[in-house]
Amino acid sequence: MSQNKQLYQTKIWFEEPEDNNPFSAKNSYVHGYNLYEDVLPNSSWSEYIYLLFKSELPSPQQSQLLEKIAISIANPGLRDNSIRAAMNAGVGGSTAASSLISALGVGAGQYAGAQEIYRLVSHWQDAKQNLPAWKDFTQNPNQKFQRVELWDPIEHPPGFEPNASSCCKTVIDALTFLSSISPNGNLRWLEKNRKQLEKYAKYPLSMSGVIATALYDLGFTSKESEMLFLILRLPGAAVHALEQEKFGWKAFPFFGNETILTDDPKNKNLT
Amino acid sequence: MSLKTLFQHEDKIITRMGKAFLSERVVYRGKDLHQDLQHMSWFELFIFGITGRQFNEAQMKVLNFMWISTSYPDKSIWPNNIAALAASSRSTPILALSSGLAVFEASIYAGKPLKVCIDTFYRADKWLQNNPNLNTFLKNEIKQHKIIYGYGRPLTSKDERIPHLIRFADEQGLGEGHFLKLALKIAKQMKQLKGLEMNVVAIYAALGADLGFSAKEFHLFMTPAAFAGMPPCYIEAKENPEGAFLPIRCDRIKYIGKPKRKWKIS
Repeated sequence: MSQNKQLYQTKIWFEEPEDNNPFSAKNSYVHGYNLYEDVLPNSSWSEYIYLLFKSELPSPQQSQLLEKIAISIANPGLRDNSIRAAMNAGVGGSTAASSLISALGVGAGQYAGAQEIYRLVSHWQDAKQNLPAWKDFTQNPNQKFQRVELWDPIEHPPGFEPNASSCCKTVIDALTFLSSISPNGNLRWLEKNRKQLEKYAKYPLSMSGVIATALYDLGFTSKESEMLFLILRLPGAAVHALEQEKFGWKAFPFFGNETILTDDPKNKNLT
Repeated sequence: MSLKTLFQHEDKIITRMGKAFLSERVVYRGKDLHQDLQHMSWFELFIFGITGRQFNEAQMKVLNFMWISTSYPDKSIWPNNIAALAASSRSTPILALSSGLAVFEASIYAGKPLKVCIDTFYRADKWLQNNPNLNTFLKNEIKQHKIIYGYGRPLTSKDERIPHLIRFADEQGLGEGHFLKLALKIAKQMKQLKGLEMNVVAIYAALGADLGFSAKEFHLFMTPAAFAGMPPCYIEAKENPEGAFLPIRCDRIKYIGKPKRKWKIS
């Protein structure tokens, strides 16, 4: 051990140095497991991700649910705001990282983004399956908001879609499948009570609502869920950015002519 | 909100803020960018973009000094550390600087404290309109939120920026502002209540309030406040050999997790 030096503390990562190079590892351990001798040959991707976050291996059911969550949101689709951001980066030939950074920045938000997941998992932790608490929350999601905060008050009940009049089939398909494989009962409770909750919220359930509940079913905290949501949606951002770069800017919509200026000095000069 | 909202906004961007009439002219908040605003500094334009207002010379100098006073080219400071790591990893300037900038909305410094602090001053001022006792307001805030942003500082208690800011504001005729006085009054009481010294967030927020910034405007205005500290950090780390910015030996990791264990193959 280096004497009198500042140390980085961690419960996750441990390394044994090479005999001839203190800056290089001969063995790396994740939560006690040797990464290249033990985890790499034996683990699936979802088992490893679960291990990283929760420090223990998942059950086969948990592992399967995490993998299916990852598939559900790996590509939120071309119309999603985070993907549109990545495509804007791609079409201009920006750096690969900027495509993902733009998707993360946009996908971090309170509308269909990671902050919505955070808010909803936090609520799950408080309310659990207490229907009156859900009624209270969906009708007043900012009741804990007592002063100005970094994040503004949310403009809709988290987990519900303010821009739709009925629950879309993709959301129901995801909910039906994920609840059928979930080792915990919260997704099933959501499925059973969806229509009642939608009446309380006055909006249909959204994909964010399903995914937040699935992550809660896996025991992820609100902050862990927020992070995972950001990570798991990046593959879609990557492929759409790459694709638009290949198609080129001439094939990508540009809304210059559709931009309507309401405060134009030219018009003022005329009057 | 409803489906109707989406139909209304489909295929059109309705804006009062501006438009680029490409190959013709550009409108920026109701002004012609290349004619009406050509003599503005970039800094003035940035503030005009946020507030829609223009400030006098003394006010601009104070706002400018708020940024200058916190732009430290010190690679040990977290956002700058990120810019230096990016350089050491041979990433690009924009990726380095935007990564450093992104962390500025922190909970223990910059973004959140600045936004919450200015709002706290507005609420304290409102409270004092009906209640004489500032101490009660502060105690309520501490009870409810545990901390009052602008008072107390991680790493060190004394804030070297404060005397410079106060002197400079005074020189520009802004040293007697209502909220600056309130911030200093709170500082005395926080010292008594919690033994905490004021940090520069309180001064920045008070000056922002005296200049009429809302919490949201102030949040936006302070976003790049320390940005000028980053390029020197990036440049120098790039001059050094790759991977050589604060390298970490394996034994500098203090592992406090699970003991070594074997994978159980089912």
